[in-house]
Amino acid sequence: MNPKALVRDPFSVIVTGVGGQGNVLASRLLGDMLAAKGYFVTIGETFGASQRGGSVMSHIRISSKSAWSPQIPRGKADVIVSLEPVEAVRVLREYGNPGVVLLSNTRPIYPVGVIRGELEYPSLDALREAVARILPGARFIDGTEQAIALGNAILTNIVMLGALNRLAVLPFEREDFRQAVGRRVASKQVPVNLMAFDKGYGLAG
Amino acid sequence: MSFLIDEGRNIQHLLMGNEAIVRGALEAGVNVAAGYPGTPSSEIIETLSKVARDRNLYVEWSTNEKVAVEVAAAASFAGLRSLCVMKQNGVNVASDFLLHLASSGTRGGMVLVTCDDPGALSSVNEGESRLFAQILEIPLLEPGDFQEAKDIIPWAFALSEKIRNVVMVRSVTRLSHGSGNVRFGSLPGTSAQAEFVCHGPLLDPETGPIISMILAAPELQHGPQQEKLKKAAGIFETCPFNTYQGPDEPELLIVTASICSLYSREAVRILGLEDRVGILKLAATWPLPERLVKKHLAAAKRILFVEEVVPTLEDHVKVIAAEAAGEIGAKTFYGKKSGHLPSVGELNPDLVLDALARIFPAAAGTRPAASPGGVTDIPQRFTPARGMTFCPGCPHRASYWSIHNALALDGRGGFVCGDIGCYVMGTLPAGFSTVKTLHCMGSGSGVASGFGKLRSFGMDQPVVAVCGDSTFFHAAMPALANAIHQRSPFTMILLDNRGTAMTGFQPHPGSPTNVLGDEAPALDMEKICRSMGAKVEISDPFDLVKTREKLNRLLEYGEGAKVLILRQACALSPEKRGQRKYEVSVDAERCRGENCGCSRLCTRIFGCPGLVWDREKEVSRIDEMICAGCGVCADICPAGAIVRKEVAR
Repeated sequence: MNPKALVRDPFSVIVTGVGGQGNVLASRLLGDMLAAKGYFVTIGETFGASQRGGSVMSHIRISSKSAWSPQIPRGKADVIVSLEPVEAVRVLREYGNPGVVLLSNTRPIYPVGVIRGELEYPSLDALREAVARILPGARFIDGTEQAIALGNAILTNIVMLGALNRLAVLPFEREDFRQAVGRRVASKQVPVNLMAFDKGYGLAG
Repeated sequence: MSFLIDEGRNIQHLLMGNEAIVRGALEAGVNVAAGYPGTPSSEIIETLSKVARDRNLYVEWSTNEKVAVEVAAAASFAGLRSLCVMKQNGVNVASDFLLHLASSGTRGGMVLVTCDDPGALSSVNEGESRLFAQILEIPLLEPGDFQEAKDIIPWAFALSEKIRNVVMVRSVTRLSHGSGNVRFGSLPGTSAQAEFVCHGPLLDPETGPIISMILAAPELQHGPQQEKLKKAAGIFETCPFNTYQGPDEPELLIVTASICSLYSREAVRILGLEDRVGILKLAATWPLPERLVKKHLAAAKRILFVEEVVPTLEDHVKVIAAEAAGEIGAKTFYGKKSGHLPSVGELNPDLVLDALARIFPAAAGTRPAASPGGVTDIPQRFTPARGMTFCPGCPHRASYWSIHNALALDGRGGFVCGDIGCYVMGTLPAGFSTVKTLHCMGSGSGVASGFGKLRSFGMDQPVVAVCGDSTFFHAAMPALANAIHQRSPFTMILLDNRGTAMTGFQPHPGSPTNVLGDEAPALDMEKICRSMGAKVEISDPFDLVKTREKLNRLLEYGEGAKVLILRQACALSPEKRGQRKYEVSVDAERCRGENCGCSRLCTRIFGCPGLVWDREKEVSRIDEMICAGCGVCADICPAGAIVRKEVAR
């Protein structure tokens, strides 16, 4: 199977968020969809201690030619999908560049330092302004609101994948998602995941 | 049925490194697998257990890593193929038996998979297992990518059978927990017959007993063991997983292994140095294939070592270069010792780029900008740090709350000796900085046993040790036995959260089921401690009042070791997930906020992520998305403003 040439090869995607938000599942689904199309896919991620309220990140490398390192060099991300706004900025500062496509959920998850009153969580407006100075096209959507409307905030990751699909920066379709999700979740969960995907697609219109 | 036992040869799947290792073991026809959970290794045994029935395997979570290797060795002695799996710290635990196993030798193929954690991403250290291969005098293999993680396992089993000794395969976090494309090979049949042939002559390796007993005659066993290692070195010369990529006479030769080979390749490509730099990626890293290494050294004047964590390849290759100096000429070496790469933490493509840019200053211009488009100019106030803390509803937060308060009330400067599990966070504000020593599995109780005997030197601080339920069976029981026998007055607090929680709820000897989910005899920690001679109390850590009473009583109670079992399942355990015992809310009328005098005890000190300080209204409130409904915070609010209501079932 010869996959379509990518705009850049390797094409590098980061899915980020806070431990427990379903970062790993989102990155695996993306990886499954692209591997099924014949691409070389490498996913780099760490979990374990980091899942307990910490920042988490999956690096996805896609290539039509060869396997790449599970860590993206600084400044070399092509797409950033974030399940939490502060995490979008954290990754942007380290791996971003003016050409990166950034898609972020707007629902904050407060770090423990903020809960304790030691740190301040930035206002979303100020955060968006700071990002827009570098990336005027950055997209912020309330994926969590849609997920809760479907009955479970954990579906935020899938809403974001649907939104990513709408941005058409990666070669996958709804049908690819349907097949991939069918392999990773229980069959009775597939319909609600598809609904979440469609909600995300709608939000990013 | 898991796709990991898909019969289709040549089909491709996106596999985690640990899944690739599993598929490799299945293609090798492994019969028995044993291990102890530890990040980043745990998925290997877990995944094998899911296909155990289909593939006629015996799989177990052993009590500790030493027992795991012993269980796997028995299978090898009986002619079967066996795998044992652990994280790097586990090799320390298993090393005593391993040293003797390497001396006695094996029969059926036996592979030890160790998953190291460079950067200590999920560990209390970044210690290395590679050095053990040298100490144990056994061969070491390091797969360089996901396909190799699968392919190298059958090769390791075959090697083990050729040299009749255990073979070590080392993975690292970025490989074990990363994912990549893996093309499958075929699966063998599943029939196997075990028999321990042991009635032959004493030193007959095929039919005699399997013993490690040198007794002033090292030539009898240590000699043959070293011959096996030499044989492995010979086989390593043609190991198909040692590869070279680059020009015939490179200006710089990179010698690398494991996931670092991918970082090296990426850095070389980014700087456009493919025609000037060669990459010798070794999979057989101990003993080194000397002829192969020498051949590549001869072709280059400058050598860069890219490896994690401490300079090991670097040292071994330098020895070969020194011995062959007359033949291959003097070399310039770059690596950890020259300061081109750090000898602390994990590597990444950027660190290799830094090293290459120093060696090839002219090529450094093609490096990507450090802050393209000014991304790093975004002020840091937009990225408040995420400190580590216990999950909402975690029993450890409540346990440490009680321990901390009891010791503070006691007023004699008491402290806690910590142990390994999520409760290592007792060293941090998350656990009220209660833990003052922290080392390895079981060591909290051993160190506490020692502290307890310092009274005769005038030390009257109360001594407490914390220990998880899995850790208790793994390594803390000998320490408790010691303390009881020596009459050491310390209080052991068993944080019994009903499973090996940090690594994903693997069962342990106190669990009512085994790795397959089948019913298994559960050892009763309370009875064990009592029969060992300890005074034992049990409490629910969520019941702050009773826990404090019992703890105070134990701290005051005379000589000898005392045990308090704090029993409450982990908030993430399958039995609890998504179930709230209480609806918790803050009565905004009763919360006096900053005027209370409590100094925001609930949000500032207790620090559960489910409680947030509302900056506008200046009162606390519950974040209903996050609150797990344990209800403990209702008991800490001095104004009684936090209200809990039992959820109807």
